[in-house]
Order: sequence, then structure tokens, then C-alpha cells
Amino acid sequence: MVKLTQRLGGLVLRFAAFCAALGAVIAMITSRERSSFFVISLVAKYSDLAAFKYFVIANAIVTVYSFLVLFLPKESLLWKFVVVLDLMVTMLLTSSLSAAVAVAQVGKRGNANAGWLPICGQVPRFCDQITGALIAGLVALVLYVFLLIFSIHHVVDPFLLRKS
Amino acid sequence: MAREKIVVAGGSTKSWKLLLGLRIFAFMATLAAAIVMSLNKETKTLVVATIGTLPIKATLTAKFQDTPAFVFFVIANVMVSFHNLLMIVLQIFSRKLEYKGVRLLSIAILDMLNATLVSAAANAAVFVAELGKNGNKHAKWNKVCDRFATYCDHGAGALIAAFAGVLLMLLVSSVSISRLLINSKHLSTTTTVV
Repeated sequence: MVKLTQRLGGLVLRFAAFCAALGAVIAMITSRERSSFFVISLVAKYSDLAAFKYFVIANAIVTVYSFLVLFLPKESLLWKFVVVLDLMVTMLLTSSLSAAVAVAQVGKRGNANAGWLPICGQVPRFCDQITGALIAGLVALVLYVFLLIFSIHHVVDPFLLRKS
Repeated sequence: MAREKIVVAGGSTKSWKLLLGLRIFAFMATLAAAIVMSLNKETKTLVVATIGTLPIKATLTAKFQDTPAFVFFVIANVMVSFHNLLMIVLQIFSRKLEYKGVRLLSIAILDMLNATLVSAAANAAVFVAELGKNGNKHAKWNKVCDRFATYCDHGAGALIAAFAGVLLMLLVSSVSISRLLINSKHLSTTTTVV
């Protein structure tokens, strides 16, 4: 009975991580805003900044990977490989999230020493949607940290942890 | 038995030596990255405007504290090098200690967390540095690197060291996880025989 709840918990976590990563990708792709002042109109889209493109690509990879691992049968030998892949995916998620947050922070506050003006004042809806995508990415990351511990527990024999 | 017995002899097995070597390199790489980035500073006197024939000069300083991503980079690299130092000391001075279940698991989990931390820091810094090097014409952000070339070069060196540290930390955490797996396999075979 304990094993069934463990397996179910792992599945629920992975499905939730899949949804969060998918939400992050969709929120960032559909963020596009046109702002016009005087006669110039600028379009702010996510592909202007390299860090956001990397965020979309990384979360898309995580979405596909979670979807594939959802269907892995319990007794398969591939679970050992899944541990290493989970670690690499977690590193990918943290790196993409932290890069996107660093660049978004520059966009929101600007950098007075470099003479970079913040852009969020002109395109507020774009900024809000990017913030939402980053929060979804953070949720996916936290779920994947739990999933990493879960996969290790799945591969390492359960009674190892009980005898200390 | 052909398999390594991590439980019985804590030290001088093959994976112990490999782990120690990798940790020493990772410690050196992350420490170098933290030191080079924290000493990164360049002051330049530039002409910002000319009124008539009189050029107005301003002294501008480029330092790493201006960019929060670089501050995070320095802090994270210091934390990871401290973790590696702690683990090296632990490994050298506890050779006779038995590595039972929870100890190996906690070392593996700490290694994984630090690997993700250093990868996050290196990536954030590299994307912000790319913004500084190439600018962004959509957001009208100018390049910084054409005026502060030494600052950019030192930053690039620190980033390269940090990425070497990322790779080494990934290897370190893989070896820690595999030690955990070997240990569990060893324990499970002994108990099923009994």
C-alpha cells in the first residue's frame, strides 16, 4: 500500500511539473505588446532577449521530458538513467530561470551605471506576463527538486533509508 | 567481491580517489571565478559632451556590484567553493568512518543542490554579460564592452572558470549518486543472502 501511494505521488508530482513547465512556455510565447509613443510604435516580444529564448527552449525540453517519463513503467531498468536525467533537467531549469530573472530584473529596474533605462514603464502588460511565466518556471523547478529526491528513493532500495 | 565496499572501508577505493580529485578541481575553479569577479573593477575618464571647444570629462567606474547578477555570481561561487572545501576536509579526515545510509544520501543531496546553484549563477551572469557585450537595440541598451574592455575580459575569464566549475560539480554529484547506488546494492545483496 505504501508503494502504491509512493508511485502515485511521484506521478502526480511529475504531471504537476509538466503542467507548470508547459504554462511557463505558453505564457512567455504569447507575451507580445505594442507600445506607441508619438509616431514610433515598438513591439516588445520575448524573442528580443536571448535569455527569454533560452527559457522557452529549456522549459519546452522539460515539458517533453516530463511527458515521456510519465509513461515509464515501474519496474523498468531505465529508472537509474532517469535519476541522472532528472539532475540534468533540474540544472537546466535553474539555469534558464535564473538567467531570465536576471535579465528581467535589468528590464524592470534598468542599470543606472550603464545608462540602461527600464522598459517596463512602456510595456506593463508584457512585463506582467513575463513575471507570470517566471513564477510558473519557479514552480516547475521546486517540483523537480522534489522529483529528484523521489527518483533517487525509487532507485535506491527503500529499506536503506530506514536503517541508519 | 568485485564491487567496492563503501560501507566497510571508508577510504582509498577508486571512487573515493576520483571524488577527491574532482572536488579539488571544482573547489579551485569556483574559488578562482569568485576571486576574479570580485576584484573586477575598471575606472575610465571619458568625454561625455563638448560645450563649444571645452570637452566635459566624467570619470566612470565599472564594478561588479552594479549588476545584481554578478553579485549573485560571486556569492554563489563562494558558497559552492566553501561546500567543496568542507567535503574535501570531511573526506580526508574521516577515512575510517563507515558511510552508512543517511550520510551518503545527505552528501549526494548537498552535492546536487550545489551543482544546481553554481549552474544558476554562471548562467545568469553569462546572459547579463552578453547583454553588456552586444547591447540590445530593441530595448535601446548600449554596449558597455567597447569602453571598458579590461572589465569585460576579466569578467569573461571568471565566467569560463565558473563554467568549468559547473561541469566539475555535475561530475561530482554524479559520482556521489553512483556511490549511493553501489552502497545500496551492496546492502541489499547482503541482507537478502542472510
